[in-house]
Amino acid sequence: MEDLLREFLTETSESLDVVDNELVRFEQEPNNDEILGRIFRLVHTIKGTCGFIGLPRLEALAHAAETVMGKFRDGSPVTSEAVSLVLATIDRLKSILAELEATQAEPAGSDGDLIVQLEQMALDGAAAMPAKEDVTIGTLSPQVLERPLRPGEVSLDELERAFRDTPGPEEKKEKREADRRTGDRRSTDGTSSASQTLRVSVDTVERLMTMVSELVLTRNQLLEIVRRHSESEFKVPLQRLSNVTAELQEGVMKTRMQPIGNAWAKLPRIVRDLARELGKDIELEMHGAETELDRQVLDIIRDPLTHMVRNSADHGLEMPEDRVKAGKPAKGTIRLSAYQASGQIVIEIADDGRGLNTAKIRKRAIEVGLISEDDHPSEAQLHKMIFTPGFSTAEKVTSVSGRGVGMDVVKTNIDQIGGTIDLKSTQGRGSTFSIKIPLTLAIVPALIVQSGGERYAIPQVAVVELVHRGSNANLVEEINGALVLRLRDKLLPLLSLNQLLKLPKQNVSDAEAFVVVMQVGTSVFGIVVDDVLHTEEIVVKPVASSLRDIKVLGGNTILGDGSVILILDPNGIADQVGATREERTTDSFSAKGHSTGDDALKSVSMLMFRSGSGALKAVPLSLVTRLEEIEASKIERSSGRPMVQYRGGLMPLVPADESAKLAEEGMQPLLVFTDGGRSVGLIVDEIVDIVEDRLEIKVTSETPGVLGSAIIRDQATEIIDVAHFLPLGFADWFHGNPGGANEKKKLLFVDDSAFFRNMLAPVLQAAGYEVSAVAGGKEALALIERGLQFDIVVTDIEMPGFDGYALNEALRANVRTAHLPVIALSSSLSAAAVAKSERAGMHAYVAKFDRRGLLQALKTACVEMQEAA
Amino acid sequence: MSAPLSGEIEFVTAVIAGQLFGIPIARVHDVFEAERITHVPLAPSEISGVLNLRGRVVTALDMRKRLGLPPSENAKKQMAIGIDHGGEAYGLLVDSMGEVLKLSSDALDPVPINLNKDWAAVSAGIYRLEDRLMVVLDVDNILDFKKDTLAA
Repeated sequence: MEDLLREFLTETSESLDVVDNELVRFEQEPNNDEILGRIFRLVHTIKGTCGFIGLPRLEALAHAAETVMGKFRDGSPVTSEAVSLVLATIDRLKSILAELEATQAEPAGSDGDLIVQLEQMALDGAAAMPAKEDVTIGTLSPQVLERPLRPGEVSLDELERAFRDTPGPEEKKEKREADRRTGDRRSTDGTSSASQTLRVSVDTVERLMTMVSELVLTRNQLLEIVRRHSESEFKVPLQRLSNVTAELQEGVMKTRMQPIGNAWAKLPRIVRDLARELGKDIELEMHGAETELDRQVLDIIRDPLTHMVRNSADHGLEMPEDRVKAGKPAKGTIRLSAYQASGQIVIEIADDGRGLNTAKIRKRAIEVGLISEDDHPSEAQLHKMIFTPGFSTAEKVTSVSGRGVGMDVVKTNIDQIGGTIDLKSTQGRGSTFSIKIPLTLAIVPALIVQSGGERYAIPQVAVVELVHRGSNANLVEEINGALVLRLRDKLLPLLSLNQLLKLPKQNVSDAEAFVVVMQVGTSVFGIVVDDVLHTEEIVVKPVASSLRDIKVLGGNTILGDGSVILILDPNGIADQVGATREERTTDSFSAKGHSTGDDALKSVSMLMFRSGSGALKAVPLSLVTRLEEIEASKIERSSGRPMVQYRGGLMPLVPADESAKLAEEGMQPLLVFTDGGRSVGLIVDEIVDIVEDRLEIKVTSETPGVLGSAIIRDQATEIIDVAHFLPLGFADWFHGNPGGANEKKKLLFVDDSAFFRNMLAPVLQAAGYEVSAVAGGKEALALIERGLQFDIVVTDIEMPGFDGYALNEALRANVRTAHLPVIALSSSLSAAAVAKSERAGMHAYVAKFDRRGLLQALKTACVEMQEAA
Repeated sequence: MSAPLSGEIEFVTAVIAGQLFGIPIARVHDVFEAERITHVPLAPSEISGVLNLRGRVVTALDMRKRLGLPPSENAKKQMAIGIDHGGEAYGLLVDSMGEVLKLSSDALDPVPINLNKDWAAVSAGIYRLEDRLMVVLDVDNILDFKKDTLAA
């Protein structure tokens, strides 16, 4: 019975949430029979179940609500009051359910008040209906009940009449067919899919997840052991185990995923009630409700989201008359949207209201002592102050958002799960809050660094790039003890991990130190560490409660070698740095200079510049390592080629256009491209802008160095081919740099998914390979035909058209490439597929998510190559 | 401290700076050699660090520090008593382990009033053994060191 009751409670409260939202929709579309039908069915089911389990209070209430709904269905007008009343009834149902859950028994009490109103409503509704002849066919024999009617019950006479009035089976069938014709929407409302899903308790899934985490750890430990013994017979079965573990991990993660819509379910109702309470007209738009995220994450953001929507409705949106005065539609809009972007979930809450009042925030900031009268922080900095604890600018405490929960609590909640919150606001136009949160908390990729003799893990989401101080030793400077780094055209605040953690000073020369550039929200800063070791998927384990006060630590984890290391919390560190930087700085730091693949459909950051003949030129920003301006007088000539001393070496300069001229005097702008440790400066006349746009090459070009033309921001723009310019500079370089055995292996990486290219290319680069990433087998062959040399090929198997097997075959068929080891990547790992790849002569077959396995396979391939040579 | 009906309690004993201590066996998870302790920066000084015990992260507590004693001079292998506290695993670092003793709960003497307050706070009583005294440790109070350090 207990199980039955629990199931009933879950199911009913879910149904009630649905009814809530459907009612709000119904109020807006009173003629939508489909919605009404759904509500009616749900309420009816609740009533039926309550009657079955023996919960008379719930049953009576649901019955009364159903009666009113029935009248709507019969055509009585849908008034806002009626909907409010039904909503109130649903609230009562919920509170009874809550008590039922707590005490396992239906609480005593009477709902006569609501039932009377509902009945009255049903009667009024009936009266308001167009007069319909109430004729009952047949004779009614008066029937007598031996006890007084309970609230909500109907007399036997009425029941009898209802029976006779109910349409017979034949009529129903017709109606059902009509329903079916009205559209396929009904099929999504659960009845048909019910048999395909299974209700599993959250505990079961959690336990499964814990076990998988342990499995991942054990696998990592095994891999570590096998790595030390290269000739081990465990290698092959372990590879398989590793793949299966990776898949299992994926699978279990998936079961924990829930659509974010679940966290939004209560919002339409809340907004409706708020709108009525505040006298505002509010439309709530929801986009991307199907975006999935880990339920643990979902639970934590549910309340902050609700709070922010309330805030938008209460403080953000103006009263209708003010809106009209401001030339806006009387109805305000709150738009919620969610989508997935680069391994994170982005949730935006936008309103078209009045925007943040900068003057008021400034006043308040001075009051609470955040800034002094003389400080003049930028608008964006002021806006961020609303996240400070104890900061509320609401003039009066309303019942809506004045609950003592401020934006600081929202921020704390989001920080807690490693997320960030940001906002943009324009006075009079509205505000947009955007929250970025990780997909899952359980297993995260992390960068393992070393400082003060201990290793630490930094979650990779926060890492923007790594800078080696070795070659740029003079770039770290000090201002009154504060370390800063000149990085491209910005000054980056630096913090030494040794100091931050009060570690004993290690005897590491500056030349060996690394700077880990991190981004948390919009603040960007660098952490100086003694060494950067490798990346690893780590299982986050919470630290003991006695260590939880240490803000810069986010947990601990067990590494493959069995040692425990601490995980740094990027948010905690950011608070230590105290660096709040402005929005725009983020753009210039996002340049990574990694993969060479463009994705025609996704919007790309493009660097626009002019060179030579005036036509606008552009290059994907991600390919540009740095933007530099050098004094023209510093340009030297060596055997007729322009060169410049740059970071302790000579950098060849190449004109971006044949007609481009070097500046005679003043400053010469350069785009610096770095590849495998060598840099080339591209001579341009002027850097115009950085724009975000889709890259769609309309006209391909025959001109060397130009990929083709595209329309960017309505202007015809030549997209330059970086691959053309790099060798122009390198030609001279090879003489002074004899290729030794320690030269980097050149790796050709083929994957049609831009996501994987962007994800794996940096991993491969970090592992010491020189990576060329392309989007398909055809492109890969084209590179080889152009004469580029590679040492090893990593290719995705499943690609449209020319797939991994086809590429492998083509490589085997060519004398020049027949010896190349090919490593296959695939998301499906069946024994048959592995066998097929072996038959095809591929070197190894690795699961896509198994980075460790990939690196291991690459290592063995390189060792074998050297032995063969 | 839940005493069995027989009135006899088994104690796991350990020596710290020459003094014998006892912990009721029911609270002891295991006894292990603490190896490869990872130092936790910024942690309270009593916490030596964290270590991996069969796939579980254990927080190691330096009992000498906790009892206000100087660090041990002979750096031989470090033994630890594993206990669970609020679902978290802790290891109490001691100088050496003793035998398991079965003692009557009636024979437990209260903590003498002149005992150093650091010690009194973590002691549940004293047993008069034939040749020496054994201090019974109150595990929960040992791990409740945070408020002491914060107040200090």
